[in-house]
Amino acid sequence: MKPADRPPPDLAALRARHPTYFAPLLAGRAGGLAAAIAPLLLLLFGMAWLGFFDGRLGRGMGKLGEMAVMMLPPDPGSWARAKIYSLALVETVAIALLGTMAAAILAFPLSLLAAKNVVANRVLHFLTRRSLDTIRSIDTLVWALIWVNVVGLGPFAGVLALMTSDLGTFGKLFSEAIETADRKPVEGVVSTGASPLLRLRFGILPQVFPVIASQILYYFESNTRSATIIGIVGAGGIGMHLAEQIRTLELQQVSFIVLLILLAVMAIDWVSAKIRFAIIGRSNTRKE
Amino acid sequence: MRLRPLLDGYARAIAARRMRSLLSLAIGLLCVWLAAQSAEVDLWKLFENFHRLPSYFIRIFTLDSGRAVWTDPVEWFWGLDRWAGQLGETILMAYVGTALGAIGALGLCFLAAANVSPQRWMRIAARRFLEICRTVPELVFALVFVICFGLGPLAGVLAVAIHTLGALGKQFAEVVENGDMKPVDGVSSAGGHWMVAMRFGMLPQVLSSFVSYALLRFEINVRGATIMGFVGAGGIGQDLIEAIRKFYYTDVSAILVLVVLTVFVMDFLTERLRHRLVDMDGQR
Repeated sequence: MKPADRPPPDLAALRARHPTYFAPLLAGRAGGLAAAIAPLLLLLFGMAWLGFFDGRLGRGMGKLGEMAVMMLPPDPGSWARAKIYSLALVETVAIALLGTMAAAILAFPLSLLAAKNVVANRVLHFLTRRSLDTIRSIDTLVWALIWVNVVGLGPFAGVLALMTSDLGTFGKLFSEAIETADRKPVEGVVSTGASPLLRLRFGILPQVFPVIASQILYYFESNTRSATIIGIVGAGGIGMHLAEQIRTLELQQVSFIVLLILLAVMAIDWVSAKIRFAIIGRSNTRKE
Repeated sequence: MRLRPLLDGYARAIAARRMRSLLSLAIGLLCVWLAAQSAEVDLWKLFENFHRLPSYFIRIFTLDSGRAVWTDPVEWFWGLDRWAGQLGETILMAYVGTALGAIGALGLCFLAAANVSPQRWMRIAARRFLEICRTVPELVFALVFVICFGLGPLAGVLAVAIHTLGALGKQFAEVVENGDMKPVDGVSSAGGHWMVAMRFGMLPQVLSSFVSYALLRFEINVRGATIMGFVGAGGIGQDLIEAIRKFYYTDVSAILVLVVLTVFVMDFLTERLRHRLVDMDGQR
């Protein structure tokens, strides 16, 4: 018998016969509704407050459609411009690479201070954690503006900005990885009378290296995306060209640049997936 | 004597591994060197000018009268009412953007997940769309939207929402892919069509992870919304970039302190909420 041919169940009769099964269902549903209504009301209030319902949304959508049509087909204008954009893209990737590497190198010693199982000083632990949180809660673009004050306009400021804001993130992530490391290998190394440095090198590092490496790779990808906008405040990369072309409404060039960025990010995703697999695969065989 | 070949073999294996590590290190260093050329890295310039970083921070924490800012909080936070309003707007932008993005992601994630997607082409289309949404930076969307929707928070919210849609859509789809297919099969075998199977077979397993991911994204979006004002898309960023560019030093520090405090409070609240959620899951 196909489901459609079955007579529909008489819900009212079922409800009358098995009240013990239906009562908790209704109560659960009422609770769920109550929990959903407050966020929904806040959402509607927020949308009204931010101007969703005063007609601008509809008018803007029309304009957005026009702009989308004007973006096609992607066209750099001339070969010279295509070359400038490609070089800027290389610069963007370079900024992301250097920023991520520098942040990782600086964050590792800091994360040791922030890890409870390496440095057992509570005051030091607390101070390191809070400073890392403070660094992290300021956006990369603000750091870029501050570094522009120090080293001047240009990609170097971008590298330093990415480095600073990732320092906070890496410090937190690395210290968490170190804290979850297994104690037994460390105890094994200690039992041979090794110094603290050797304890770190042979007890902790082999365990956390794959985790840390894959986090670094993941942030390299995400930093490539951040580095594409850092140029908006004059800190190098393709962002400057992108913002300029958007503001002057050269929309075909905008879509060309966006396409370049998409391709670059896809290529980096692919490469970092390969590297990640190589590192994690190797460390798995090492554990056996 | 019999150990000799084994030891030799061990030494050879170690040497091969060392060789490979050294080789990858060399390639990595070459990449770094090339990148440094491209990014105009100049360590000497950094060394020469590094003193400006601490002096900048000292300057932003010093009032025009030459005293430290905390000696006169009233003077330091002279614009507190204005900034508090803008911070409220920033948080609201992050909330609305996260909520709208999460609703969109909820709709698309089932299409994008490999195990439950109804059609191959639908899956590919959904995946590509989500990829574009999260790869194009928020600020670029904001720049375009400011042209279409005018200056103000509306452009910022839409930019946050689209980026959130892309990021959460991917994470939600991964959660669905890790979900148990048996309830879905059960609902399908009882004659429920795809929508019903998703609603009663899949959604109950994944909803708490969805909420948890959305809360994490909210934290990220609070940070992201603070810079939307850099391109005129609402929030506190407008005043911040003006203060930095026009060298209103104490305003810079006041706004930064407020932003850091807001982010701390939001992180704390969402973390509490997520822990409550995990506990509720454990009880079930």
